[in-house]
Amino acid sequence: MYVAVKGGEAAIDNAHRLLAEVRRGDPAVPELTVAQIREQMRLLVDRVMTEGSLYDPDLAALALKQARGDVVEAVFLVRAYRTTLPRFGATEPLDTGGMTLARRISATFKDLPGGQVLGPTFDYTHRLVDFALEDGADPAPAAEAKPEADAAACPRVTDLLGQAGLLEPSPPDEGAPVGDLTREPVDYPADRALRLQGLARGDEGFILALGYSTQRGYGRTHPFVGEIRVGAVELEFTPEELGFPVSLGTVDLTECQMINQFHGSGAVPPQFTRGYGLVFGQGERKAMAMALVDRSLRAAELGEAVVVPAQDQEFVLAHCDSLQATGFVEHMKLPHYVDFQAELELVRRLRAEHAALAAEPVQDDPTLREAAE
Amino acid sequence: MSPQGTVTVSAGTGYNFAYLDEGTKRMIRRAILKAIAIPGYQVPFAAREMPMPYGWGTGGVQVTAAILGAADVLKVIDQGADDTTNAVSIRRFFTATAGVATTTRTAEATVIQTRHRIPEAPLTEGQVLVYQVPIPEPLRFLEPRETETRQLHALAEYGLMHVKLYEDIARHGHIATTYAYPVEVAGRYVMDPSPTPKFDNPKMDDCPALQLFGAGREKRIYAIPPYTQVRSLDFEDHPFRVQRFDRPCALCGAEGVYLDEVILDDAGGRMFVCSDTDHCETRRADGHTGEAA
Repeated sequence: MYVAVKGGEAAIDNAHRLLAEVRRGDPAVPELTVAQIREQMRLLVDRVMTEGSLYDPDLAALALKQARGDVVEAVFLVRAYRTTLPRFGATEPLDTGGMTLARRISATFKDLPGGQVLGPTFDYTHRLVDFALEDGADPAPAAEAKPEADAAACPRVTDLLGQAGLLEPSPPDEGAPVGDLTREPVDYPADRALRLQGLARGDEGFILALGYSTQRGYGRTHPFVGEIRVGAVELEFTPEELGFPVSLGTVDLTECQMINQFHGSGAVPPQFTRGYGLVFGQGERKAMAMALVDRSLRAAELGEAVVVPAQDQEFVLAHCDSLQATGFVEHMKLPHYVDFQAELELVRRLRAEHAALAAEPVQDDPTLREAAE
Repeated sequence: MSPQGTVTVSAGTGYNFAYLDEGTKRMIRRAILKAIAIPGYQVPFAAREMPMPYGWGTGGVQVTAAILGAADVLKVIDQGADDTTNAVSIRRFFTATAGVATTTRTAEATVIQTRHRIPEAPLTEGQVLVYQVPIPEPLRFLEPRETETRQLHALAEYGLMHVKLYEDIARHGHIATTYAYPVEVAGRYVMDPSPTPKFDNPKMDDCPALQLFGAGREKRIYAIPPYTQVRSLDFEDHPFRVQRFDRPCALCGAEGVYLDEVILDDAGGRMFVCSDTDHCETRRADGHTGEAA
């Protein structure tokens, strides 16, 4: 007799209870706190905030705990929460020039106003496993420096280059409303603001690989790191009833300004062009890769031939979102009985015809052959 | 759909009735109305991020959430069955967020959300069938670019599709598309019926129920209004044909229905049973039996 193999509510409930138990792990080991994740897994928290498009370190840390450390799953939790939040407006454009810097480096100038500030970085560490960490020894206190909050003291490299006309100017802010790809379906071709939104939310691994591909000949852009800056920026909002901006607090950001060679055209003299990356928290890898891909996606605008994946905005934007990608890839584990049955029936029929044909003496039917050719 | 669409708060969940906020529902309803006005045309809509994964029915869930009223009776099926895991999960979602009545009986449902099947029992006026759609663009595997396919639809330029079907015949002697078989709606747009087996295509034609299609990841909604002509693409000398099973359902003896193949042992033992569980159960309750029952 046929035994029902199809799901059932009890099976789902039991699977979720088991998941909760496995998530906790060995009960003899103390449970992680959200604050521990927020403070000690900060770069992971930053990534979840960036790809989750929501600046909330506590929520991102909680999502990571619930997701057993699975980044995409944590991003999923944050996004599904974000989608229910009301929108009450857009902030003033951020002034990253006024950033309270934790780190600021330029690869294009040895020294510049404000200097090079290394800040907390893995760069120049030797990647030797530090077994002392196993016992959790407190690190030696860090050296102190006065924070530089003055934009004039530490201007953005792109502003310095822009003054001399060597770098294309940023398009002027005309106050036009900025699109929101979470509130409007993307209509191709998408403008740069929408593309940057997509890249910022995009999967770090995917954006990294695409950026890397431009360095290996798939759409070379001759990039230089004009500047990477990491730090806190004040967020300002103008409520309609007040009519002037008020501060909402600060957000930690990483900004990358990539400077790319450009030979000019009949109308435009030779100058450098921009690629831009911006992420929450400290995320230099993502910000740099994003800046490379941003510049690549400007190919059509700058009169370059669109021939490689990193220049193709439909390819990049339609596939960079980790949630869309993982959902659709993983949906393959849902039942597909009826479609597979349809394919089974076809393959069986084709095989039967194939066998019948092989058994028959060869007849050369010229009309059939013509149709097949 | 019920007229009491103004019910908003769902008790105890902290979320709005049927999860989505009313502004989002209105946006989706506008897209649905446009889709009904232009049968088979894919209307872009601002699909939200839902608490279930893309590719698992977020489009269908959003359409259902937008049309659901407190008096509705909801049925959710996957592969024709009410008890497949994802159908259970989606039905629970609406029980929790909307508190609507649910059923497994096709005839009792006012809204039926489905993945991969159309129920065997004929649908009636006033019912709404909501399809979950993975890839709404019928031309996608012939032309990957949205900018191109939109133009092809605008120009009703479907030569690519006919060439593809012709090449199938030239190569295999048959059209080798067995599910997601393209249809022409109301004599104009070529449409993807979602990955239902082509067996179900004839049920879409002149159907008394409203058929709505939601694709969340691809952010598209399309529709077939009641009593609309839906024609499966074919050629005069190779007319459209549906799959046939050479045996009836082993449990209820039904013929002319879509069957699931169940492997019984490792010695080639198989049985074929109705994919539509409600249809099978109803028939058995009426006294029909198959060889294995």
